Amino acid sequence: MATYIIRRFFLMILTLIGMSILIFVMLRLVPGNISDILFDAAGMVNEADKARLEAELGLDKPIIVQYWTWISGLMTGDLGYAYVSEKPALDEILPRIPVTAKLALLALIFSVLIGVPLGVISAVKQDSILDYSLRVFSLSGLSLPSFWLALLILMAFVHYFGWIPIYTDKPASIWHEIGLLSIPALAVGFRASALIMRLTRSSMLEVLRQDYIRTARAKGASTASVNYNHALRNAVLPVITIIGIEAAFLIGGLIVTETVFNIPGVARFLVEAIRWRDYPIVQNLVMFIAVVTVVVNFLVDMAYVLLDPRIKYDD
Amino acid sequence: MTSTNAATAPAANPKAATPAEGALLTVQDLTTYFFTRQGLVKAVDGVSFELQRGETLAIVGESGCGKSITALSLMRLVPDPPGRILDKSRIVLDGVDVMKLDESAMRKVRGNDISMIFQEPMTSLNPVMTVGDQIAEVLLLHQGMTKAEATAKAVDMLRLVKIPTPEQRVREYPHQLSGGMRQRVMIAIAVACNPKVLIADEPTTALDVTIQAQILDLIVELQKKLGTAVILITHDLGVVAEAAQRVIVMYAGRKVEEASVEDLFGASLHPYTRGLLASIPRLDLIRGAEDTSPGRLQEIPGIVPALHDLPKGCAFAPRCTYADERCKAEYPAYEEKRPGHWAACWKSEIVAGGTNG
Amino acid sequence: MATADHQAELTRAGANINSSWSRFTYYVRRYPLGAAGALIVIAFVVIAIFAPFFATLDPTTTNARTSLAPPGGQHFLGADFMGRDMWSRIVYGARISLMVGIGSTVLGCFFGVIIGLLSGYYGGWLDLITQRFIDIMQALPLLVMALLMAASLGPSLENTIIAISIPIIPHVARVIRSNTLALREMPYVEAAKAVGMSETKIAFRHVLPNTIAPLIVLGTAQLGSAILTEASLSFLGLGVPEPHPSWGRMLSESAAEYVRTAPWLVIFPGIAISLAVFGTNLLGDAVRDILDPRQRS
Repeated sequence: MATYIIRRFFLMILTLIGMSILIFVMLRLVPGNISDILFDAAGMVNEADKARLEAELGLDKPIIVQYWTWISGLMTGDLGYAYVSEKPALDEILPRIPVTAKLALLALIFSVLIGVPLGVISAVKQDSILDYSLRVFSLSGLSLPSFWLALLILMAFVHYFGWIPIYTDKPASIWHEIGLLSIPALAVGFRASALIMRLTRSSMLEVLRQDYIRTARAKGASTASVNYNHALRNAVLPVITIIGIEAAFLIGGLIVTETVFNIPGVARFLVEAIRWRDYPIVQNLVMFIAVVTVVVNFLVDMAYVLLDPRIKYDD
Repeated sequence: MTSTNAATAPAANPKAATPAEGALLTVQDLTTYFFTRQGLVKAVDGVSFELQRGETLAIVGESGCGKSITALSLMRLVPDPPGRILDKSRIVLDGVDVMKLDESAMRKVRGNDISMIFQEPMTSLNPVMTVGDQIAEVLLLHQGMTKAEATAKAVDMLRLVKIPTPEQRVREYPHQLSGGMRQRVMIAIAVACNPKVLIADEPTTALDVTIQAQILDLIVELQKKLGTAVILITHDLGVVAEAAQRVIVMYAGRKVEEASVEDLFGASLHPYTRGLLASIPRLDLIRGAEDTSPGRLQEIPGIVPALHDLPKGCAFAPRCTYADERCKAEYPAYEEKRPGHWAACWKSEIVAGGTNG
Repeated sequence: MATADHQAELTRAGANINSSWSRFTYYVRRYPLGAAGALIVIAFVVIAIFAPFFATLDPTTTNARTSLAPPGGQHFLGADFMGRDMWSRIVYGARISLMVGIGSTVLGCFFGVIIGLLSGYYGGWLDLITQRFIDIMQALPLLVMALLMAASLGPSLENTIIAISIPIIPHVARVIRSNTLALREMPYVEAAKAVGMSETKIAFRHVLPNTIAPLIVLGTAQLGSAILTEASLSFLGLGVPEPHPSWGRMLSESAAEYVRTAPWLVIFPGIAISLAVFGTNLLGDAVRDILDPRQRS
C-alpha cells in the first residue's frame, strides 16, 4: 500500500516534469518567435531594440538555460514578469485563483447533486418514460456548449428580470457571493452533471444485476434499502473516479463561462493572456492547471483505495 | 415422510387441493411465466408439492428445467418484469398464504420465515460490506436487535457455521474469504433468524469438490440442530442421495416424478429420471468400464427444449427412447403409479420393467 | 463476434438476415434514439455538402442597411452586425463544423491508432515511453490543450483541425493499446507467430482489423466533442478565423451584448451547435451499444 502511494506519487512528479517540458517547448519552438510577435505588437522597428528585448526576457540564452530559469523560478515562487502589466506574474495569477476555485467547487457540488440522484432514478426506473427523458436530458447536457447555456441564462435574466447578474469584486456577504456565483456554476455544472448522471446510471444498472442485490432482497430488505444501502454504495465507487475527469471538464467549462459572465478568475485570464501572447502568464497558468488536474487525479485514486475494501496495492 | 401430495399437471386437480395435516409448506399449482420478446416462457408450469417439518426435499433437473425459478417464486423474488407468478398459484407457509401478502408483509417473511442460499458464493455477498454487517443486517431487519446485539449474534453465527476465529472474521470483507468460507457466511445469513424453510439453490455447485462435501455436511448438520425444513435444489443426484429424504424431478417447468429417495433410486418410473441416474459416475461402474453398454456412463441425448416453444405432448418425448405417437400428441397424466410414487409418463410400466440405465 | 447476439435476435425475430431493409428496420426499432441521431447527422452532412443550394444568400456579403435585421422577410433568421444573412451563415457554418469535427477526429484517430497499436503490440521501452507521454498529454484538460495548440500554431482552419486532433490522440491511443494487449494473447495471433509471420505483419494484418469496432465507437464519441471544442475555440477567438462562418465564432462577437439587443444572433447558432452535437452523441451511444455489447445497459 505504502509502496503503491510512493510509486504513484513519483509518477505524478514525473508527469508534471514532462508537462513542464511540453508546455515550454510548445511555447518556444513553434513558428512565431515570442520576441518577433512582441516586436511586431510593440510596433518597434529597430533591430537593436529587438536584441535588447530578447536580452531582457532572457530569450538570447540557450533553451536549456531558459527552461532551468523557469523551473527554478517555479520552485521559489518567482514566476517572472507579465509582458502586458509588467507586474510579477505571481501577483497577477494569485488573486484570481479564489474566485475560480469557488466557482469550480460550486459547479462540482451542483454536478454531483444533480447527476447522482438523477442517475440513480434513471437506473432504478430503467426503460420507463422517465428513464428515457432523463437520458435525453443528460445527453443534451453533454451537447449544449456551456458558453451558450451561459448566454441563454443571461438572456432569461434580461428577459424576465431586466438585469444581468454581474460578479462584482466585493460581494456584500458570503450568501450574496454564492448567489452570484451559482448562476455561472450552474451553467458549468449542468454539463458536468450529465457526465456524472450517465456514469451513475450505467454503474447502478451494473450493480443492480449483481447476485448480492438478490441476496439483499432475499434477506427481506426493502427496495429503498436495497437501492441505497447495497446498490448505491457499490455504484458510487466508479463515480468517484470520474471526479478526476470532471476536473478537466470543469476547467474547460470555466474558461468559456468566466468569459461570458465577465468573472475575474484565472480561467478567463488564461484566454486573455493567450490573446495578448503574454507567455509568462500562459506558461505558468497552464502549468498551474496541469498541477491541479494531476493532483486531483492523485487524490481521487487515493480516495478510491480508501473507499473500496477490495483494492489492495501490495505490489 | 411419504406425502399424499396430489396435483396433476397441467390442470390442478381440485380434489387434491386438501393439504395434508401438518404440512409446513404447501405449494399448489405454482405457475411462473416470463413474458419475453421471444414469447411466453412457461418457466414453472403448475407445480405442486408439500414440505413437512424437518424434512429435506430435493428438486432435481437439468439447468433450465425451472427448479431455480421455483425457488425464487417461493421467495416471491422472480424479477418482474418480465416474470410473473400467476394468481392461481398458492403458497401456504405454516398456515399463512404467502401469495396474498403485500410486499411489506412479504419482506417480513423473506430472510425470517423462509430464506435462501444461492449458487454463487463468490458474488452473492456485498463486496463493500463486512461479513458481520451482512449477517447483522438480517437480524436488525427481523429480530429487533440493537446493532451491538446483532454484531454479537453474527459472531455466534460464524461460529455455528464453523468459521475459525469468528471474532476476527466478522470484521472482514468477502474478498478476504475463500469460496467455501463465503458459502458458510451465506448459510449463516440464511439461518440467522432460524427460518422455517431454508432453500438451498445449488449450494455446492460452484465450489471445489473437497469443499462441496463439507458444505453439504454443514447443511445437513444445521438442519438436524435447528429443525429447519430444507428444499435442496440440485442437478446432482449424488447430493440428493446424501442429504434428502424425498425427491421431485422437474423437466421443462413441470414436475415429472416424485418419490422417496429409496424408491427413486431403486425403481424410477420416468425415463428422464432414468437418464439422470445413468449419468452419475459410479466408482464400481468405472472400474468395470469394459462391461457392456448399460453399465457405461451415459448422457441423455438431445437438449432441454426451449421453454417458449414446447412440444404439444410430453416435453421429454423428443429425447425419449420409449416415446411413441401418443407421447408426442398428449401430455401424460401425473399419477400415483405406486404408493407414494408419482410420475407423469405413459410408459412408466415399461420403464419400471426395464433395467435401470 | 461483437454483433453476434443481434444476429441471433434477428433470426429469432424471424427476420431475413439477407434483406438489408429488414435489418435496417430492426435497428431503427431497437435503437430509436440512435436512429434519430443518425437522421440529424445525415441532415447536417447533406446541408454541409449542398450548402450553396440551401443558402438563400451569400454568407460573406455584408450590407450596412440590413445590420442587425430581425428575423423575417429576406433574412428569415435575421442578419448580423455586418448585415450578413444568418441562415446562410449557419448553413455554411455546417461545412466548417463538420470539416473541423471530422478532420480532427480522423487525424487524431489515425495517429492514436498507430501509437496505440505499436506500443501495445511491441511493449517494452517503446510502450513505457508512450505511456508516460500519454499520461502527460492527458494531464491537461482537452480545451486547455487545444487552446495552447491553437495559440502556438496561430489561427487558421488547418491549424484548428490540428489543434483539436492533438488531445484526441492520447485518448484513442490508450483504448487501442489496451485492446491490442488483449488481442496479442489471442490464439490466432499465437498461431500466426507460430507459422513465422513477421511481427509488423501480424500487428497490421491480425490485430488492427480487430480494433476497428472500438475505433468506430471512440470516433463517433469524439466527433461530438470535437465539434464542441471547435465552437469553444472559435467562441474564444482562437479557432477558425474570419471570413469562415463558424458557429462558435458567430456567438463570440460581443454575444453578451446581443443578448439584450439581438437575441436571434445568440439563439440560432447555438441551436445549430447543440443539435449537431446532440445528433452525434445519440448516434455515438447507439453505435457503442451495437458494437460493444459489454457496455450495453
